[in-house]
Amino acid sequence: MAKDVAVIGVGQSYFVRGYEGSIRELAFEAFREAMQDAGITTKDIDASVFCSAPEYDKQRSPAGVLAEYLGLIPQPTFYIETVCSSSSTGVKVAYGMIKSGLHDVVVVLGFQKMSEITSAESQERMGRGADIQWESPFGTMMPAYYALYAQAYMAKNGLTHEDLMNVRIKSATYGQINERAVYRKAVTQADFDPNNPNARMAAPVAWPLRVGDACANADGSSCIILANAEKAKAFSKKPVWIIGIGAASEAVNMAARPDFSKGLRAPYIAAQQAYTMAGIKPSDVKVAEVHDCFTIAEIMAYEALGFAPVGEGKQLIREKATYKEGRIPVNVDGGLLSKGHPIGATGGSQIRTIVLQLRGEAGPMQVPGEPDIGLVHNVGGVGLYGNVTIFGR
Amino acid sequence: MGFEKFGRKSFTGITKTAKFVDFLEEGKVNGTVCKKCGAKYFPPRADCAACFSNEMDWFEMPKKGKLETYTIAYYAPFGFEADCPYTMGVAEFEGGLKLFARLSKDLKPEDINVGMDVSVKPVKYEDGQMSFEIVRA
Ligand SMILES: [Zn+2]
Repeated sequence: MAKDVAVIGVGQSYFVRGYEGSIRELAFEAFREAMQDAGITTKDIDASVFCSAPEYDKQRSPAGVLAEYLGLIPQPTFYIETVCSSSSTGVKVAYGMIKSGLHDVVVVLGFQKMSEITSAESQERMGRGADIQWESPFGTMMPAYYALYAQAYMAKNGLTHEDLMNVRIKSATYGQINERAVYRKAVTQADFDPNNPNARMAAPVAWPLRVGDACANADGSSCIILANAEKAKAFSKKPVWIIGIGAASEAVNMAARPDFSKGLRAPYIAAQQAYTMAGIKPSDVKVAEVHDCFTIAEIMAYEALGFAPVGEGKQLIREKATYKEGRIPVNVDGGLLSKGHPIGATGGSQIRTIVLQLRGEAGPMQVPGEPDIGLVHNVGGVGLYGNVTIFGR
Repeated sequence: MGFEKFGRKSFTGITKTAKFVDFLEEGKVNGTVCKKCGAKYFPPRADCAACFSNEMDWFEMPKKGKLETYTIAYYAPFGFEADCPYTMGVAEFEGGLKLFARLSKDLKPEDINVGMDVSVKPVKYEDGQMSFEIVRA
């Protein structure tokens, strides 16, 4: 296991609806926690990387503005985006900056204030979320794209609506015990019952997906501080090492996608790269965070990551194998479904969860057995960008 | 110019493949094929990613396909709300070419199945916009 680049500090804001502050103040919340966690000062930071999905930002070129507010001037700073996986991409780039010897310590700050724009502006942007030349003219939205995967996958593999509901119920189990989550309520079968007039989650959004199959929008920020081996050993008692990184891309247009019933290809390719680099197999992973922007995405992720054979992802949720006490605990912080999905902050938040798990500091969410290897699966767009990062103690 | 006529609502006015809309008016759903290496593209492209040529011909998409997947949208983005609910899907045609489009309103949800035989044809909306849709074979 290569111990070249470590996470020495992690931070995350509360994920909320309608954050009562500006983006710089939101960014500061995660930054303060990560800096206090690392026990360092801004003089120790050599560079910063800021990550978000720009369609929600009013501020043009936010990196410079946020770097100033965090006290990271005059160190170099810049901005990165791969939509929902922006901060995983930021960590990958920061890894390269450190591994190359260019910098010793780099801050990766992911943020999103989805409430920065009005719901009308948001609705207009949602219509441009895909290939604006060849697909948006049909009236596409994110749930419809994941629904295309769900429909093909369910038809071929016998995955049921009940299975999808059980993914949502699992995420809510942990959202309730994660004080940083935006959705803290329990979810029950009655919430998905179409005959129940009070069912909050039964209405179809893009069939076969229902309201309850979709993640919760949120405002939030995350911060990951990376360091080379020398600084990590000097600053940190419990460095968590990046041992594998994979990333891949996919055609934006659905017409150029391979077999929909097999799930997303980019995260699968990313996983292969990350496992090879880390020199481990899927069964070595003790705890994972996967990109459950929709319930179907979690099932597909089980297979992309090799936790279940192709077409058999449903077995993991049926056997409760991805619960905290199960064979491979997944999203025991509530995931995107309950913790929330502040786009640019999501990858960093997933990484924070895994780092806390490997340090044994995840509180009520802690997976038993002192996990030593954890994995983060973070997807941008509808599988447009796939990112898998593996961490070890 | 010309591409603003494509789809229920276009977000792109200018593209080198705008002639696609003229073909729709003629009743054809066309892709492009590279004159140098023969690579076929749908949706159409002005440039070949396989050999870097920018000399492309048009070809008509095959008519016999199968529905690979679909969804019924109950919510729509800004400017599409009046059409709800509407169905969109991916069809795969002979030779492996695929296309993404709405399904014809004639196809009721209970008549739609993954794997069913489908075809594709142009459609003209009442406001003059041109598109193409997946229809029953
Ligand atoms: Zn060519």
